Amino acid sequence: MADNQQIHDVINKEYKLGFETLVQSDTFEKGLNEDVIKAISAKKDEPSWLLDFRLKAYKKWLKMEEPSWANLKYPKIDYQDIAYYSAPKKALDSLDEVDPEILKTYEKLGIPLEEQKMLAGVAVDAVFDSVSVKTTYQEELEKLGIIFCSISEAAHKYPQLVQDYLASVVPPTDNYFAALNCAVFTDGSFVYIPPNTRCPMELSTYFRINALNTGQFERTLIICDEGSYVSYNEGCSAPSRDERQLHAAVVELIALKDAQIKYSTIQNWFPGDDNGKGGILNFVTKRGMCKGDNSKISWTQVETGSAITWKYPSCILQGDNSVGEFYSVAIASKSQQADTGTKMVHLGKNTKSTIISKGISAMSGVNAYRGLVRVGKNASNARNISECDSLLIGNKCHAHTYPYHEIRNSSANIEHEATTSKISEEQLFYLSQRGIDEENAIAMIVNGFCKEVLKELPMEFAAEAKELLNISLEGSVG
Amino acid sequence: MEKNIILKIEDLKVNINDKEILKGLDLEIKEGEIHALMGTNGAGKSTLVKTLSGHYDCVVNDGKITYKNKDLLEMDVTQRANEGIFMSFQSPVEVSGVNNSYFLKTAMNAKRAYAGLPEMDAMEFLKLTKEETAKFSIDRKLLQRDLNDGFSGGEKKRNELIQLLMLKPDLIMLDEIDSGLDVDAIKTVANVINSMLDGKKSILMITHYDRLLELIKPDFVHILHDGKIVKTGDYTLALELDEKGYEAIGINDVNK
Repeated sequence: MADNQQIHDVINKEYKLGFETLVQSDTFEKGLNEDVIKAISAKKDEPSWLLDFRLKAYKKWLKMEEPSWANLKYPKIDYQDIAYYSAPKKALDSLDEVDPEILKTYEKLGIPLEEQKMLAGVAVDAVFDSVSVKTTYQEELEKLGIIFCSISEAAHKYPQLVQDYLASVVPPTDNYFAALNCAVFTDGSFVYIPPNTRCPMELSTYFRINALNTGQFERTLIICDEGSYVSYNEGCSAPSRDERQLHAAVVELIALKDAQIKYSTIQNWFPGDDNGKGGILNFVTKRGMCKGDNSKISWTQVETGSAITWKYPSCILQGDNSVGEFYSVAIASKSQQADTGTKMVHLGKNTKSTIISKGISAMSGVNAYRGLVRVGKNASNARNISECDSLLIGNKCHAHTYPYHEIRNSSANIEHEATTSKISEEQLFYLSQRGIDEENAIAMIVNGFCKEVLKELPMEFAAEAKELLNISLEGSVG
Repeated sequence: MEKNIILKIEDLKVNINDKEILKGLDLEIKEGEIHALMGTNGAGKSTLVKTLSGHYDCVVNDGKITYKNKDLLEMDVTQRANEGIFMSFQSPVEVSGVNNSYFLKTAMNAKRAYAGLPEMDAMEFLKLTKEETAKFSIDRKLLQRDLNDGFSGGEKKRNELIQLLMLKPDLIMLDEIDSGLDVDAIKTVANVINSMLDGKKSILMITHYDRLLELIKPDFVHILHDGKIVKTGDYTLALELDEKGYEAIGINDVNK
């Protein structure tokens, strides 16, 4: 079955969001130095403390080494060969002034931004290359005291909140890509939910890389105050290009006492072609801090795109009785490589974490799950359940599992389960013999494999995720 | 009125793993007929049924198969299924995570789409499964579980029967559907099969035992030996075989 042409075709469905938008843009020359960072800061008219923060991070970054421990192979990135800022030229004070080409882009992506067409029940922040072009439903949310805006805007309007929390979960020294992001981050979303407030709609950011030879360095900060709840989603896509493009984002979540954050990602960056040409290099640091007692952070990710994925959405369970969850579906098809997983750091008492990871490898894809469960000295009665399943389609792909456990408290209860299975010819034959064509049969099996994770996605996004799995693998999810 | 021929096999030669298993087999099945295939292990019974359904292991080297006046060998597995060929599996594969009733509804609608019929909605589908399973006292809870996942041998066979009842195929091929079943379960199998006989549907069944044959009286019994049909008779041939064994009718059982 592995070399069966049909399966090949089915897995090899085209990347549908690979179009390019022709828009006049203001793009920096390639290269990175202090002047470039000052220029980014000036473009955004940033307060001086933020520029200082950037420059400090840059100095640290210069002394750091790019990590090499991940199970990923890629040519060395030339950081001087990347442009660090690109923005569409027209002013963006109101939607009327947004370039119609950009509006059309989001329409094509299924994210209409015009007032009359806005997605009901979902507030969207649209980030195009280095800037946020539009945030919908802002006024309605403001009435509840909810802040949802671009991080550039937040730095001006809510400097205290940003200063208090920026880099409080992921410090600039955390890792190489996080340090780079601190120095050159351009835009991303900022969310603040005031105490005892349940955010009435899904908040969503849609990231689009358009410009050539540009890196996207987004920064997202979500703060959920005491007793509050928010469900936040991000989606991403990029044009199909022969050149590799770098995406190094940092996302920080802070949940105070009794607060809950649900963060869902549907990642569909351009994966590159069959031979591994082009595609996005996705080096992302995502971390949530369960700061208060009884708080909860839940990560759900469906990773279908990118040539390289290096991503470990994590939870620090500081508050007593806090809960961390990680639900992941990662696909590595064509020549894609994924090294992804999570870290659950138990610090408070009676903390609980759940890890459900589903890795799918097809064609020449390489998929690795890497997860750390750490239980601190004082974290009595910590509990973790991990389940890591790999599904292989064909004979040329690989799946690896690297679980790490560091347990310093003997009352901890840790369970780890891992399985690897193959879609067998026998299964496909059985479904085909009942009249279901091969494409839908693979879809059905893959969908079944991912069921536990897909059910965690908000309704509005579950359908999209299923469709995406279909496209990425085969119609791979019906 | 002369019955139509539904399946005609001429000089069929099939390899599995580069070994010739079927060595020039001829068989003709008309609408409404019940054919039983008997023979010692390795005679090629399962290979015949698998070849007809388009199994990936079976490489056809020679011969012709005409099904409903079309060249069967030109059709892929799915197309054959949607043209009404159904094979019950000796031991159906488990597919975890895939809900059994979702699977069956998808299969039904695939067949309906192939026939140009509108999709059957969930309500209609549920009503139909309820009716069909109730007729034969088959536990409908099987449909709520994942496809064959963790099913006992008997449950797997009953699940095959539910599919049979719902998909209503034209050529029903049963590969030892009675193996491992107790007397009551075999009765259920026979009741299901007999209920489907409408003078149009044809049956090709493989069995080692005459218990099922007593309940579903075949019109023809074929003895398969070394890749060919060596003897054809009516139901009495099965009785004779049961009484005297293969050697009495001149077949050397290599397994003995």
